[in-house]
Amino acid sequence: MSDSGKGSDTAVASPKGLLGLPHLGLRDKWERGPIWMKLPVVLALVSFCFYLPFLNILPFAQVRTDLSAAGTDWSSVLFLIVVYMIVAVGLNVVIGLAGLLDLGYVGFYALGAYSVALFGSSSSPVTISLQEKFGFSEGWAVPFAACIPLAIAFALVAGVILGAPTLRLRGDYLAIVTMGFGEIIRIILRNATDITGGPKGVIGIPKPPGPVDADGRDFFNGLDVHRWYWLALIVLFLLMFLVRRLENSRVGRSWLAIREDEDAARIMGVNAFKFKLWAFAIGAMLGAIAGVLFASKQGVVEPNGFKLNLSFLFVAMVVIGGSGNMMGALFGAFLITYLPERFRFLDQWRPFGFGVALVAVMVLRPQGLIPNRRRARELEDRKAEAEEAAVDV
Amino acid sequence: MDFSSLIDQIGEHTANGLTKGAIYALVALGYTLVYGVLRLINFAHSEVFMVGTWAVLGVYTVLGATGGSGVGLVILATALAALAAVVASASTALIVERVAYRPLRKKNAPPLIFLITAIGCSLVLVELFGHVFRVFFGPPFGRALVSIPSLIDTEVWLDLGKTSITNMQIIVVVGAVVMMVALDTFVNKTRLGRGVRAVAQDPDTAALMGVNQDRVIMLVFILGGAMAGVAAILYTMNYDITKFDIGFLIGVKAFTAAVLGGIGNLRGALVGGLLLGVVEVYSSTLFSSNWEDVTAFVVLILVLMFRPTGILGESLGKARA
Repeated sequence: MSDSGKGSDTAVASPKGLLGLPHLGLRDKWERGPIWMKLPVVLALVSFCFYLPFLNILPFAQVRTDLSAAGTDWSSVLFLIVVYMIVAVGLNVVIGLAGLLDLGYVGFYALGAYSVALFGSSSSPVTISLQEKFGFSEGWAVPFAACIPLAIAFALVAGVILGAPTLRLRGDYLAIVTMGFGEIIRIILRNATDITGGPKGVIGIPKPPGPVDADGRDFFNGLDVHRWYWLALIVLFLLMFLVRRLENSRVGRSWLAIREDEDAARIMGVNAFKFKLWAFAIGAMLGAIAGVLFASKQGVVEPNGFKLNLSFLFVAMVVIGGSGNMMGALFGAFLITYLPERFRFLDQWRPFGFGVALVAVMVLRPQGLIPNRRRARELEDRKAEAEEAAVDV
Repeated sequence: MDFSSLIDQIGEHTANGLTKGAIYALVALGYTLVYGVLRLINFAHSEVFMVGTWAVLGVYTVLGATGGSGVGLVILATALAALAAVVASASTALIVERVAYRPLRKKNAPPLIFLITAIGCSLVLVELFGHVFRVFFGPPFGRALVSIPSLIDTEVWLDLGKTSITNMQIIVVVGAVVMMVALDTFVNKTRLGRGVRAVAQDPDTAALMGVNQDRVIMLVFILGGAMAGVAAILYTMNYDITKFDIGFLIGVKAFTAAVLGGIGNLRGALVGGLLLGVVEVYSSTLFSSNWEDVTAFVVLILVLMFRPTGILGESLGKARA
């Protein structure tokens, strides 16, 4: 450890470079850079993201996942990565910003997927009973565009129902209760056959509407997967923008205050319970949106796709990337989704390797790969405290 | 809703529930001990139990013990298996502490980080038995369900009319209660136990009084692991199976039991475990076995809503525990 343990705040905040001038890291330079410099870079990055499905220039094409015979379709992998990135952005609000440990996030993801499945598919038990009740024709179902607000509404309601009684509990209890919630959702989906289709799941989930393309296929079909990827990417950018605005607002500052010291935040007049509930509901909403995208592309959902392990994976994405930092969460989601697909040839060794990597990364870099500034500094403080305590003893 | 069947067979169901609950309670002790001292949920504890069940299988295989073996071999095999399970589980718990928790403790990392390393550790352990060992040693390692020879035949020992209680149920429940009383006495009456309570109450002051924190923490992991080992031998005697991912569900349930009774409280683990086992068996009779996990969590949420610190409250640190 360098000088940060000695206790001086400035040393922790900005290590001095040559001649006593503050040393600027890449991130500082970026943040201080003028807009005319940032804009082209951002635009280039964004367009590169859109270009990714067609990446074909060696050696860069080595990142593609469909090179070997056992490989998976590159665009599908990209799509899944972006869906999980949306999940990570949502969970980052709950874990990273508000500091609430949610181990049942998969429940909201499942809710989103099942809302579009149950209301949008003309063969689901829910639409069939609606058809009978209101005398609609057999092919009738709730249109896709209406399913999205439905999914969001369900997730918000579920988030509030789960949050209202449990957010008053301490952190560890919250973890187990949310974990229970995730399992309850899955078991209900599995067992309530009359409503959810049971273990077989639901088929015929609607796709987003779009113009018919030149070959006479729907715009969103199973062959042109890159269009799905683009759709997900646009949704991701939109949600990132919204969450970023939220982060820099009064709400975001309240979350931060609650995360760092709830009692102090209360004394300063922050209604901790209200803002925790907000974080929970907003996180739930983003999870549901990701679920909608996933289910719609898949065309099929079944309860076993939403096991508890997925929840742990989501938490791992946020924490490995660096909880509290949106870029970190995105990077974590990318790594955890992409690496297993790229190294598909390792086959059954992958989960083992994942476990080892998880332990190694966390032990060596507890603040995450791309940490949140503030969070990293909190960690440094904690470490310094631990060292001081060790010296005292 | 099948009330008549529940009422009719209430004794039988209670016995089944207590058997199930006794195993939960033993595993729950591991969660509760670690939580009481470190304020940390040791999510890898479920795998500590799993390793114990494999140790039992290993001893039986080495000794060639099966259902038809002679009395001497059966006693020897059972005793050795119990010992092996305890040693294997305790050392697994210790290794997890050394590899995954100690470096983080030195850095005073927030609890979330421990959670992720714990998940990583449990993944590694599961995959060791599910895949890595299979590559090197072949079956029975792997992802299939493995049956463990049942050395002692199940027979009815107590016949109370409609309720018949088997020897296995008695062994499991009595074994669990004995272990728990022993642990309770250890923590309350011995010098080492006093150290554990002191660190749970106030780590800094305990350190000033000359308690070696690291040793206490190791001791806590060993004790929790040993209890999981006992749970493993009792479980394999009763259910005769193991699997690479057997720990997950039992771990989740045991943790629920620990929270239900009041995490950090040893007696709470017993109460929570037994209660959870009974509730599960009752509800699977009332509704169907598909719903038993839901009732377990619903009971947990209800208890936490009205008694946020569990039934007996948290108190490893307080004099009561």
